[in-house]
Amino acid sequence: MTITLNHFSAAVVFALCASIVFGITHRDTTREMVRYGLYCFAMFLGGVFVAGWAMWLLRR
Amino acid sequence: MANSTTDKKVAQAESISMMAVLAPAIGWLIPGAGHMIQKRWMRGLLLFLSIMSLFLLGLAMQGRIYKANGGDILDILGFVGDIGAGGLYILTSANDWGQGAIAFATADYGTKFMIVAGLLNFIAVADAYHIAIGKKR
Repeated sequence: MTITLNHFSAAVVFALCASIVFGITHRDTTREMVRYGLYCFAMFLGGVFVAGWAMWLLRR
Repeated sequence: MANSTTDKKVAQAESISMMAVLAPAIGWLIPGAGHMIQKRWMRGLLLFLSIMSLFLLGLAMQGRIYKANGGDILDILGFVGDIGAGGLYILTSANDWGQGAIAFATADYGTKFMIVAGLLNFIAVADAYHIAIGKKR
């Protein structure tokens, strides 16, 4: 079986899985884990958009 | 009375030291299992699903796993990342999966997915150890 993900969906899957692990392992309480996981996810995705726009600007 | 208290403390210390070895070892072999044997069911399940998904998606995207004797320093670093996935890496190597040549971008993403899955499992193993020694709840 072969799965083909485009760049953005690969980045979303990566961000989701890494954020869950970071949230669980880097904080002590459930509430903090959820908050930190969401923060990491937002940062990962935000980084993707920032890097994407930066590359678009560089190409111009 | 004093003897009974001392015995309890010794038994507790032995149980902690036993768990401090067992939890990381099992957690390395099966992602999230180090948390599950310490009754952190939900955390263990989420770790298992995240790390497993990343590794299996990497395989399905035709990613490549690195061998110990790669020769190149980057191959050795890739191997260090991959070996973190423990049982998944052993299973993949034993079945000769993940041997495709990286001919397209998706396969390269897959290779990185598997390395990151291993590295995330290292973090999960360290967390299981911290729970076992009482440093984390």
